[in-house]
Amino acid sequence: MRGTEREILTPSSEEEAASAVATAAAAGRRLAIRGAGTRAGLGRPVVADATLSASGLSGIVFHAPSEMVICAKAGTPLAEVEAALAQHGQFLTFEPMDHRALLASTGAPTIGAVASANVSGPRRIAGGAARDSLIGVRLVNGRGEIVKSGGRVMKNVTGLDLVKLVSGAYGTLGFLTEVTFKVLPKSEAIATLVIHGLDDGAAIAALSAALGSPYEPTGAAHLPAGMDWSGARTLVRVEGFADSVTYRLDALTKLVAAGRRTERVDGTDSEALWRHVRDATYLADPHSDAVWRLSTAPTRGPELTAAIARQLPGARWFYDWGGGLVWLSTLAAGDAGAAVIRAATATAGGHATLVRAPEAVRAAVPVFQPLDAVSMRLTNGIKASFDPRGVFEPGRMYPSA
Amino acid sequence: MIPFPAPDKDILARRAEIVAGLSRLVPPAALITSENERRAYDTDALTAYRRLPLAVVLPRTTEEVAAVLSFLHQEKVPVVARGSGTSLAGGAIPQEDAVVVGIGKMTKILEVDFANRFARVQAGVTNLAITDAVRHEDFFYAPDPSSQLACTIGGNVAMNSGGAHCLKHGVTTNNLLGVRMVLIDGSIVDIGGPHLDAPGYDLLGLVCGSEGQLGIVTEATVRILRHAEGARPVLLAFPDSVKAGAAVAGIIAAGMVPVALEFMDQEAVAICEAFSHAGYPLGAGAMLIVEVEGSESEMEAQLARIVAIAGEHGVETVRESKSALETALIWKGRKSAFGATGRVADYICMDGTIPTGQLPLVLRRIGEIVASYGLRVANVFHAGDGNLHPLVLYNANDAQQSHDAEEAGNDILRLCVEVGGCLTGEHGVGIEKRDLMGVQFSRVDLDQQMRVRAVFDPAWLLNPAKVFPLEGRTPPFPVAA
Repeated sequence: MRGTEREILTPSSEEEAASAVATAAAAGRRLAIRGAGTRAGLGRPVVADATLSASGLSGIVFHAPSEMVICAKAGTPLAEVEAALAQHGQFLTFEPMDHRALLASTGAPTIGAVASANVSGPRRIAGGAARDSLIGVRLVNGRGEIVKSGGRVMKNVTGLDLVKLVSGAYGTLGFLTEVTFKVLPKSEAIATLVIHGLDDGAAIAALSAALGSPYEPTGAAHLPAGMDWSGARTLVRVEGFADSVTYRLDALTKLVAAGRRTERVDGTDSEALWRHVRDATYLADPHSDAVWRLSTAPTRGPELTAAIARQLPGARWFYDWGGGLVWLSTLAAGDAGAAVIRAATATAGGHATLVRAPEAVRAAVPVFQPLDAVSMRLTNGIKASFDPRGVFEPGRMYPSA
Repeated sequence: MIPFPAPDKDILARRAEIVAGLSRLVPPAALITSENERRAYDTDALTAYRRLPLAVVLPRTTEEVAAVLSFLHQEKVPVVARGSGTSLAGGAIPQEDAVVVGIGKMTKILEVDFANRFARVQAGVTNLAITDAVRHEDFFYAPDPSSQLACTIGGNVAMNSGGAHCLKHGVTTNNLLGVRMVLIDGSIVDIGGPHLDAPGYDLLGLVCGSEGQLGIVTEATVRILRHAEGARPVLLAFPDSVKAGAAVAGIIAAGMVPVALEFMDQEAVAICEAFSHAGYPLGAGAMLIVEVEGSESEMEAQLARIVAIAGEHGVETVRESKSALETALIWKGRKSAFGATGRVADYICMDGTIPTGQLPLVLRRIGEIVASYGLRVANVFHAGDGNLHPLVLYNANDAQQSHDAEEAGNDILRLCVEVGGCLTGEHGVGIEKRDLMGVQFSRVDLDQQMRVRAVFDPAWLLNPAKVFPLEGRTPPFPVAA
């Protein structure tokens, strides 16, 4: 069965979740795992017998502002976590992307899904990925056992780091019940330097210089002409005390934008700009196009896109992470450009993930970068060590996991 | 004393044959067999425990590591990987039936790329040598364990090492982009690279901190960072530990995240000052080193706020560094804490982490625990992230004191877990905390970890005496005989 036709299991406690999984495992039933479903379109299509929902596991378990730590049940809406943090002037440092615009999904994204899919945004280059902030998890493995890893302290090297392993596993290793993140105080001021009119090569060079400067940008993106009504714009964001932000924006302007047309964007305008970058809304329409997410060494970004554009003339793209993250849309026909994109990525170094495409394409084309034989063997082994009967999210990442 | 598994008699009997096999794989200079030379590898920085290894191999290339592991795997001989042997947790202590595979000869810097902000190095490159290789462009590698002059990046990856400046820049796992690793069967795998966040299970995050139990890392790609415009530490002296602890909580609660926030109690201040003459305030009940960075005006603004908060908590002396020389001296004093302590007494160094809100309670309880054994303690630790380093002082020639010091240390770690923390924040479990794992983890938790471990090393050959308690390695996880 697919989609909404599936039976939905909604445990209201960790123990109930464990027992539901144990029952499913014994009966040979396969479970899709859902928070609010806003990211259900990520990965390969899953064929499951029932859905195990985290919506019954909701609420902040504790927030210790003076320890910069927050713990929430997996089904807690992300907005609730962010609001609790904001009350104490804190935030999640990795700026998690909201996939709703891109995937045309609805609902309230959950904190568990952020952990499970390792969802980061533009601030990843300065604040690390979601998995870097995730310091503890509780989960139910495919054997119906409750497993914990990590904890509530920021420095912890006790035993194998299963926290990292389950972050980015898209539910294939376990059903998260509780997640703990470290957080940071929000900066007093945030502002963005916008440089107009750079081509891709010049833009990425400017971003590299900015990121290699002592001024600590927390965002570094380039929007080529045609992303919206504006021409090409290169964005550098800095945060800190108000005086310091002004000082550093001025220094960056001298360093990377001498002789260029620039402007400073503050407040909600700056926030809106980065929200569009974070959520890749520039490529949301037309919704019939496929969308890829490519990661490479930043300075290789322009040659990577140029190589792809030569063979896929309709491709459109923009850059985040100083050029290291390329969001790229293609026609969804055929393999949605997979062969061309993966070949170009292999040359430049890095990897490509198919973020949006019709189910049939995601079933036929490897969504995640295909692994070498050794990594695939390890991946299958790890899957079996958590979920020997293949209960969770069958085939979400690879045919075998 | 912490038990080691009994050596496999069959392997000991086959020693000559195994050594002969190794000599066919690496040149004579890379193979150490004489008892005298093997002695140099019989322990690490947990010197109370020593075991003479069967042989020591010092390969120069990934391919040599692969050939050696493939052979030892076939022969079912345990393998203990070793960087510079600076583990405080006994992570590199060998066993009589094991071959030590040291990465100390793999010291090439392979690639430095400033535009993309990474360095790719062989695993035997020291932590500080990475920073030395990029210093001319004002870049650095962030994690800075106190042993950074000696410890290797391979060892740092194996233990997920931290340091004093982790509060802002994170530990090894947050600064590691990729590794080349050899598995026990000799296969070579590349994980990650100059790009970020490879999709698929996070093997990089799993390998980092796996204490030589999943494979041997031969190359690492690490993130390098540009230095801030300036960095300046300030020394804050308080009448007692409780007030200093409260000031730490106050600084963090005010939304300040200094680059480093270090705590030393009276005993530690006295020991470090005698060694380094850094100008630490002798007689203070406790001292904080708080470092801020940025432009001149940024540093001034931050320091003014920090000093004001310290004032609310009864600070007695405030001393800002006035020069690069003074800054270096301040950090020399802190980073030499373990070495300096070693000159006045034997010590065991604990490494638990606690929620920072529990700091005053835990400091008081540590004092009580150590006093109950009739011992002394020096506390020096990373206060910003709650990573404690109580140094329990004792006399190693006194069997009762040695025993009591271990017991006091164990009590302290149980306390850390009891208040919501963990056994080890940056040193690793090794052999030292192995038998306390059950305090922090349930049987189910440990079994899940061991099943993951078994995916990489089904025969349990890699550093087998470490991390997981010897009891409870129920099939399919063999107990070393």
